[in-house]
Amino acid sequence: MPQVTSGETPYDDVPEPEPPTPGGAPQAQTDAVDALLDEIDVTLQANAEQFVRSFVQKGGE
Amino acid sequence: MASVGASVRVCGIETEYGITDRADPGANPILLSSMLVSEYRQSVGAATAPWDYGGEDPLNDQRGYRRARGQAHPDLLTDAPARADGGVTLRRRRGSWEDPSHLNAVLSNGARLYVDHAHPEYSGPEVTTARDAVRWDRAGDEVARRAAVAASIDGVSVALYKNNVDGKGASYGTHENFLVERAVPFDELARRITPHLVTRQIFTGAGRVGLGQRGEEPGFQISQRADYMEAEVGLETTLRRPIVNTRDEPHANPARWRRLHVIIGDANCMDVPTLLKVGTTALVLSAIEAGDERLDVLELKDPVEAVYAVSRDLSLGRRLPLASGASATALEIQRALLEIARDYATDEGDAEVLARWESILERLGRDPFACAADVEWVAKLQFLGRLRSRNGAAGEPLPWDDPRLQAADVQWSDLDPTRGLCSRLAAAGAVERLVTDAQTAEAVTTPPSTTRAWLRGRMVGTRPEIVDAAGWSTIVLDRETDHGDLEVVTLDDPLATTHPLLDSLLAP
Repeated sequence: MPQVTSGETPYDDVPEPEPPTPGGAPQAQTDAVDALLDEIDVTLQANAEQFVRSFVQKGGE
Repeated sequence: MASVGASVRVCGIETEYGITDRADPGANPILLSSMLVSEYRQSVGAATAPWDYGGEDPLNDQRGYRRARGQAHPDLLTDAPARADGGVTLRRRRGSWEDPSHLNAVLSNGARLYVDHAHPEYSGPEVTTARDAVRWDRAGDEVARRAAVAASIDGVSVALYKNNVDGKGASYGTHENFLVERAVPFDELARRITPHLVTRQIFTGAGRVGLGQRGEEPGFQISQRADYMEAEVGLETTLRRPIVNTRDEPHANPARWRRLHVIIGDANCMDVPTLLKVGTTALVLSAIEAGDERLDVLELKDPVEAVYAVSRDLSLGRRLPLASGASATALEIQRALLEIARDYATDEGDAEVLARWESILERLGRDPFACAADVEWVAKLQFLGRLRSRNGAAGEPLPWDDPRLQAADVQWSDLDPTRGLCSRLAAAGAVERLVTDAQTAEAVTTPPSTTRAWLRGRMVGTRPEIVDAAGWSTIVLDRETDHGDLEVVTLDDPLATTHPLLDSLLAP
């Protein structure tokens, strides 16, 4: 059953918890990330701004 | 076929893809989307059918019905209303309102590919397991990818993205549909499913760069869709979007079923989140159908506020106020739901969902980055975190509003496997896949065998010359008959995999 604690905690009163820092991923995983970044770093640097500006969608559903 | 009973949950996933022309960013998305559908229809030859709008036009149906007992298949013809399951009624031939073929295609895998607003949408066939939901969802990505290739002619280069936001305010949806027993009162269904829909994002979220509907605040959050949820319950899907949608259109016997239309979910490029999105929700729905009162203690005080709070809490430590006055973290609520759900598992598929659910909750609680291969927001955060630290200056990582991070967020979901960052990580073995490329390719042309999609898909795939149109619960036949009318086969039971007339037409 739920591990609830009593006492209400409003959203605004609590400090923002710290986000996680990378560490738990296996080495093979981070190697794959680095290998991909090696491939895309340069083009990303050159094209990102233009790409982001032109990525415009209409709302859907 | 699966046994009929409470353990069979009919479900399906619809995906609207982001669309652009790489060669012309200003290209009209409606035009691009209709090119995509019509070129795909041409590329697969005859094996598609138009969408049947006839069932959605009562006036026309009424005028079209007439008795013809002596004329064709007397055992099958019925003068009962159109809802008579398995029955065949007659309909006059259509006039000028016929569905334009460039906007719609019913496919041989039982799915529908069409233009919805300014996006191409793939509505997957009805399935009965989370595994099959993943498989025919991946098939949809492959259909869309092939369609983009087919439509990339005359200097056009169609790019498709399986995401939900453009970072400038627009959002488009990935919807799940579940049949739920109508005996469950709707307000009870809405109340008891809400805590799950709000908190499941910790393992279904696809991750998003930017906070706020327009990404006005720099940062990273767990869910693509969270910032677009503005109401607890409602009918809308395009404005004031609700956590629980009230559309009541079961495409099945309405006396027995409602269709829960879930619009809060993210588009997932990874398989495990899709499996859990469908699998965990189906199990919680079984608990709701059983009237399990243990769910009530999880009721949130302010569900809409909680959607935002959970999406922004990368630590997973934030406490959410409950209606009871107590509080719980999203992880605690999910652990409680997991324990309740254990009582409703009935087969191996459920057991896999429970095992993965438990494992992911354990790892998320210990170290979220231990989920980099099977939780999408974690995989994306890990990738972007590396990008930030490699390119930062003066010991500081790249700020979250750097265009490189925003671009990588979008390119993560590019359906072109040579470009999509998630696809490329999967190809490198860094992302877990549940469905092989061969299984996906087969599901592009083959329907699931456990639902009426089996009849629809095979009719479209093998007898397209006599299929006038098809819908979720109808197949309209156009063949040589004495009466000269179209024949509408009604399949109100989503689990119908046989039908005397259709089986006779499908026989080799």
